[in-house]
Amino acid sequence: MNILDFLVPSSIALHYPASDSKEVIAHLGKLLFDAGYVRETFVEAALDRESRLPTGLPLSGDVNAAIPHTEVEHVIKPGLAMATLSTPVTFQNMVSPEEAVPCQLVFVMALDQPKAQIEMLQEIAGILQNPSIIERLMSANDFEEVRTSFSNDHS
Amino acid sequence: MPMRKTILVACGTAVATSTVVAKSLEEILRDRGIDVVTRQCKASEVASMISGVDLVVTTTPLPGNLGVPVIQTLAFLTGIGKEAVITQIIQALKL
Repeated sequence: MNILDFLVPSSIALHYPASDSKEVIAHLGKLLFDAGYVRETFVEAALDRESRLPTGLPLSGDVNAAIPHTEVEHVIKPGLAMATLSTPVTFQNMVSPEEAVPCQLVFVMALDQPKAQIEMLQEIAGILQNPSIIERLMSANDFEEVRTSFSNDHS
Repeated sequence: MPMRKTILVACGTAVATSTVVAKSLEEILRDRGIDVVTRQCKASEVASMISGVDLVVTTTPLPGNLGVPVIQTLAFLTGIGKEAVITQIIQALKL
């Protein structure tokens, strides 16, 4: 499995100028809705879930990430949306929600069965642990550059 | 022969995160010759799932005083501090 098996090309926003985390979640959720991956309840559910159970992840490099997702009933089929942000927006830390994490990379996961699409999150975790992939991803300007960002053979 | 230890892995919705953490944990411990059983649940279900559990590993805050050791960590998602957390887990399991 590869992250490209999950990533929905029409649900990628590069250098997206968001003013807060809600705007990013709403935008990516809308793109997944337009592409037929999630129900119209998804955005509201993901925003609600994020406020109760935040998903900000501080990473080892300059860029931090967030992985908003929600319960399976709001999802039609599994898919992944992604945004790189022109300026960071604040998410709260998953493990210590009182802590603000400025995030510039956001993956919104549409998961339609508990435990079924863990490869999607495993692939994301692999990327989060690889600063050189993140660096390439953050400078990507189109889908082709996103696609090549994920391959490991760059030096 | 020591008893096989049971680790309860918790996250917010038990949709994906706890499964990824549990798999990663099982693999890493198995590579070190440690055989564990993992179970997964939502943070809100931990209190009702605690029976027979030796250790709780969570990616999200949990209510206090569960009667077993609790380790809060994002290391299995972000890689940060993974080695230290594994040491902590092995110590908490008293292996």
